[in-house]
Amino acid sequence: MDLGKDLVAASATPLVLAILGEGDSYGYAIIKRVTELSGGRLQWTDGMLYPLLHRLERQGLVTAKWSASESGRRRKYYRVTREGRAQLAAQRQQWQVVANTLRSIWMKACTA
Amino acid sequence: MTIPTEHSPIEEQIAQWRAYLRRRRAIHGPDVEELEGHLRDQLMALTEAGLAGDEAFLVAVKRMGSLDALSREFAREHSERLWKQLVTTPEAAEESEKTIRTEALVVLCLAVAAALAIKVPALFGLQLGGGDGPFYARNASLFVLPQLMVYFAWKRGMDVVGGLWLALPFGAGAVLANVFPFLPGSHAEVLTAMHLPIALWLAVGFAYVGGRWFAGGGRMHFVRFSGELVIYYVLIALGGGVLTGFTVMMFRAIEMDARWLAEGWLIPCGAMGAVIVGSWLVEAKQSVIENMAPVLTKLFTPLFTVMLLAFLATMAWTGSPINVEREVLIGFDLLLVLVVGLVLYAASARDPERPPDFFDGLQLLLVVSALVVDAVALAAIASRISEFGFTPNRVAALGENLILLVNLAGSAWLYARFLRDRSSFAALERWQIAYLPVYSVWAAFVVVVFPPAFGYR
Repeated sequence: MDLGKDLVAASATPLVLAILGEGDSYGYAIIKRVTELSGGRLQWTDGMLYPLLHRLERQGLVTAKWSASESGRRRKYYRVTREGRAQLAAQRQQWQVVANTLRSIWMKACTA
Repeated sequence: MTIPTEHSPIEEQIAQWRAYLRRRRAIHGPDVEELEGHLRDQLMALTEAGLAGDEAFLVAVKRMGSLDALSREFAREHSERLWKQLVTTPEAAEESEKTIRTEALVVLCLAVAAALAIKVPALFGLQLGGGDGPFYARNASLFVLPQLMVYFAWKRGMDVVGGLWLALPFGAGAVLANVFPFLPGSHAEVLTAMHLPIALWLAVGFAYVGGRWFAGGGRMHFVRFSGELVIYYVLIALGGGVLTGFTVMMFRAIEMDARWLAEGWLIPCGAMGAVIVGSWLVEAKQSVIENMAPVLTKLFTPLFTVMLLAFLATMAWTGSPINVEREVLIGFDLLLVLVVGLVLYAASARDPERPPDFFDGLQLLLVVSALVVDAVALAAIASRISEFGFTPNRVAALGENLILLVNLAGSAWLYARFLRDRSSFAALERWQIAYLPVYSVWAAFVVVVFPPAFGYR
C-alpha cells in the first residue's frame, strides 16, 4: 500500500518533531526510525527530509549542531526546542480530531 | 567486507555525486556535507546487509531522490540563496537586454529629477549658500527620497494605489518640515533635519520590498541594500570630491573662478543624483559588493572591540569619570549606532545555518562592551540632566540611546543563547528585522512632536 503524497507530506512535520522528542538525532537516524515505526509502510525520499529540517530550524522549532559522529565525520544533530514541543502538542490534537472523526464515521459504516 | 579506501571505486562514485550536488546553486556547502553523511550511513547499512559496493551505491542514491527534485525543494526553503542566480542566469541576461536599457533610462531621468529638485527652491529666491541653509537642511531628504521611492515602486511593479499610499509619508513630511514656525537657531529644527530622513527611509523600504514588508527575506535584503548604498555613496562622493577639486583648480589656472559652479551645482546636484545612481548600482551589481560588506564588518568588529575594551580598561585603571560635555551624549549614540550597524551587517551577510564560530563570540564581546561603555556614559548624563533639566537635544539623544540599548541588550541575549546552542541564529535575525520600524517610528515622533512640545526652540 502506497500512502498518498499529500498525506506523507502533511504527517512529516509532527513525525519529525515527535522523533526528536525522543532524543536528539540526525537525518539518517530519523529516516530509519520512521521506517521502523511504520513497519516500512511509510517511505520518504531521503533527501527531502533535509529541506524540512532546515525549515523547522528557521521557524525555531528545532536547533541544529554539528558534532563528530562515531565514524569521525562531522554530523548535524537536531534537537527539538520548547516551541517545537508546543507545536507538536498542537499538531497532535489536530491529528486526533481528524483521526477521531474518520473513525467515528467508519465505525458507523461498520455497524450500519 | 572491505573498508573503502580513498581510491576505491565507491569513493570515486561518491565524489562524483558530490560534484553534481555542488553544482546546484540552491544547495550550499554544509548541506552537501550533511547529505553526503546521510549517503554514507545508508551505504554502510546496505553493505552490512550484504549488498555489493556499487549495488549499495545505486540503492542509496535512488533513495536520496532525484537531484532536480531535491534542489527544487532546497530552493523553496532557501529562496534567499537564489537571488544572485536571478540576476545572473544567462537566459535572464538575454531577455532582459531591453529592460536593462529601460532601467538605465528610468534611473537617469530620476537622478536628473533629484538633481534639479534641489535647484527648484532657488527659483523662488531661497539661496542654498545664503541664509536659507536651514530650509535646505530640513528638506534635504525630500529632494531625493521620493524619486528613490518611485524607482523601487517602478522596479518592483507596484500598483498605483500602493504607490500613492507611499507618497503619503513624503507629503506629511514636507508639510511638517515647513509649517512649523521654528525660531532662528532652533535645536528642534536641527533635530527635524536629522530625523526626517530616518522616518522616510522606512517608506523607501516599503517600496524596496514591493509593499510586501513581512514576506520572506525582503526586510533583510533591505538592510543589506542600505549598507551597500552607504558604501557606494561614499565611493561616489570620494570621486565627486576629486572631480570638484580638479574643476576648481583647472579653471583657476586660466584665472576663472569656478567655485560658484562647484558650490551651486556640482556638489548639491551630485549629492542628490548620487543617491539614485548608487541605489541603481547596488541593485545591478549585487554580487560585486556583496563580498565587500562582510569583509568590512570582519575587519572592523575586532578593531572596535579592542578600542572599547581598551577604553574600559583605562577608565577602570585611572578611575577618571566621563567628562560630560555637550556632545558626549550624541557621541555615545553614534557609537551605539555603529555597533548596531556592525551587528546588523554581520547578521545580514551570515548564513543563518552555519554553526557558531569565533567571530560570533567576538560579536558578543563587542555588543557587551558597547553596553557597558554606554551604561557608564548614561549614568554620567543622567546626573547632568537632573541638574540642568530637559532640552530637545537631550531628550532626543536619550530616547535614541534607550532604543539602541534595548536592541543591543536583546542582541547580546540572543547571541549568548546562540553561542550556547540554546537557540538558532535565525532568532537573532528575526529580532533585528522586527526592530527596524522602531527607528523610523521614533524619528517620526521626533519630527512631529518635538517642535511644538519644545516651543520651536
